[in-house]
Amino acid sequence: MADSRVFPEPGKPALVQPEGAHYFCRGDWTLAGIEDLDSRLAGVNWPNKDLQLDGSGIGAIDTTGALRLLNLVAELERAGHPVTLIGLRPEQRALLDLVRERRADAGVSAPPLTRSNPLERLGRAFVSHAQAGLQFLGFVGEAAVSLVHALWRPDRLRWRALFGNIEDAGVRALPIIALLAFMLGIVIAYQGGQQLKIYGANIFIVELISLTMLRELAPLITAIIVAGRTGSAYTAQIGTMQITEEVDALRTIGIAPMDLLVLPKLLALVIALPLLTVFADALSLFGGMVMAQALLDVSFTDFLERVPRVVTLTSFLLGVGKAPVFAAIIALVGCYQGFHVRGGADSVGRQTTVSVVQSIFLVIAADALFSVVLGGIGL
Amino acid sequence: MTPFLEVTDIDIAYPPKRVVEGVSFKMAEAAIGCLLGPSGCGKTTLLRAIAGFEPVQRGLIWLEGVELSRPHWTLPPEQRRIGMMFQDLALFPHLTVADNVAFGLRSWKAAERWARVHELLNVVGLDEYAQRYPHQISGGQQQRVALARALAPRPRLLLLDEPFSSLDVALREDLAHEIRAILLREGIGGLLVSHDQFEAFAFADQIGVLNQGRLLQWDSAYNLYHRPADHFVADFIGQGVFLPGRMGEGSRVCTELGDIDGIPPAGCAPGDPVEVLVRPDDVTHDDSSPLMAEVVERAFRGAEFLYTLKLDSGARLLCLAASHHNHQAGQRIGIRLEIDHLVVFQRALGAMNEA
Repeated sequence: MADSRVFPEPGKPALVQPEGAHYFCRGDWTLAGIEDLDSRLAGVNWPNKDLQLDGSGIGAIDTTGALRLLNLVAELERAGHPVTLIGLRPEQRALLDLVRERRADAGVSAPPLTRSNPLERLGRAFVSHAQAGLQFLGFVGEAAVSLVHALWRPDRLRWRALFGNIEDAGVRALPIIALLAFMLGIVIAYQGGQQLKIYGANIFIVELISLTMLRELAPLITAIIVAGRTGSAYTAQIGTMQITEEVDALRTIGIAPMDLLVLPKLLALVIALPLLTVFADALSLFGGMVMAQALLDVSFTDFLERVPRVVTLTSFLLGVGKAPVFAAIIALVGCYQGFHVRGGADSVGRQTTVSVVQSIFLVIAADALFSVVLGGIGL
Repeated sequence: MTPFLEVTDIDIAYPPKRVVEGVSFKMAEAAIGCLLGPSGCGKTTLLRAIAGFEPVQRGLIWLEGVELSRPHWTLPPEQRRIGMMFQDLALFPHLTVADNVAFGLRSWKAAERWARVHELLNVVGLDEYAQRYPHQISGGQQQRVALARALAPRPRLLLLDEPFSSLDVALREDLAHEIRAILLREGIGGLLVSHDQFEAFAFADQIGVLNQGRLLQWDSAYNLYHRPADHFVADFIGQGVFLPGRMGEGSRVCTELGDIDGIPPAGCAPGDPVEVLVRPDDVTHDDSSPLMAEVVERAFRGAEFLYTLKLDSGARLLCLAASHHNHQAGQRIGIRLEIDHLVVFQRALGAMNEA
């Protein structure tokens, strides 16, 4: 059986078959020659009976060689040839035992070459998002518990931090909100006015402006500006403290970060955002009013006289009432993402982006939910 | 006496990787300890678990007879009364030195609070800097502020996460000594994490050596150096080389430098291959000795030279010799072995190839 004979070269690892099912291992079973051996073993026809591998001819053996030998035995046994390994010197046997023992932790098996399947990716993405959602809910719950504690013992609330945050998030946001709300009023009045003019229904500009603005657009645009302006600042501030270990330092001197960093921010926004919304209501009406006079000849007097007749208290309160919910979303997402900063400064930027995107998304989703629910109960 | 801090058989993992495995140790009240190990050995993770930042997957952490951590339950750090000094200090940059120290004392009465702040700033010698901001004072002063801030709420234990690593070497040991003295005076226990053995020796009474998440030995510095429990500890602490040898009859170890008496490791039979730890101070230079070795390298250390010597077999030795014995590389010098504490380990399987 010439083809089952594996010719040895000096030094190269090899398997020789002098008789029957008795194979001699020869040469140096080391990393240098193992590839050679692989190619030669591929052509061997193994006789269909019990095999004996004799290791007495092995010169040097290293872990690669030992692993190849073990794999060879495993392959043969899997193919239905019982194998006995004989003739190894005690130290070679010890190496073989060591390799067999450690094979699992060495992770010698190459990672499976599977192309990730879209369904699997979808599943993983779903699970990771669901876990993130649950974690966020946990954070909301923790904040709620701290809030109850703080309201129970108002003397322990950080009043200075609260007022500082109201100033930052509320007072300092007035100019930008004034400008944007005014311009939004102008835009809506202009677009709507063009249509109304066709039908000569100029005076209905008041309904258009006041209802869209007070009920929907003013709370939404205010929340979006605040999410970009204040939510991001919350993430960046807490994230930076997280990196410099200041958050950990606070905890080791007995201060819960929830009490110092989250509650004042949350309460400040819940107070400031409704007020900002009222402010935006007024400025956007003013913008609409200016446009109505310029484009549609609706005077300020006519406009102002009509507003109280078309805007019910309910519409106004519904608009303002959404603001505290938006505020809670923005503050909680901002703080939560801040605590999730890990590692270096780049992470602060990443989490800040995530924070703004998530809070705007959640604000709009909550607004849609409001519309559905309020529509359902007929408001 | 019941131990003050008791860590029992804890595992900490960031799945799927286990970072700390089966670590147990105990510290007495007001004792000062250190966790020493190469970077990535899990020492900081272990410290953070004691502080309450990391949950444990197995085992228990107790302080003063109160349970702090067990699997699935971790007392939050803010309720543990364990102070901590951080690697980057983590001072509040927008607060003055005094406000930084006072920050954890919010629930105290104003008079008591400021009395405590001034007491501590006096202890660390920074009373005149009370109104400065952290960026206006030096690195060593910032360390002291961080110490004062950590001590202000009277913690039961102070953890130090390599707080000296940003300082230069000279200042490092001074500050380690100084903080040790302050802790002893205040009666507060300390646990330092370090990769620098000299810092550990300067600071701690008891030192635990960690490697790959396992605590190999928890002992005094003297014992770590002279009676290492394990090959890694012997290698990590101090300098030295391992000289191959074989167990002889009884308690003798045969090496190429002659037979040495010592306590053989458990389970060693005569004839077993062993390794003998030879420290530089075990090898004395002696011109009259018949034992010769060749100087391969030398490092001048002021009062002495540290010689690297090559024996005839090719094995290398380190030798400390008074610096008036000035030998050049390539010269052969006489040496004598004077080993008081013989450290012998069974030789590992890896040495098989030479057989």
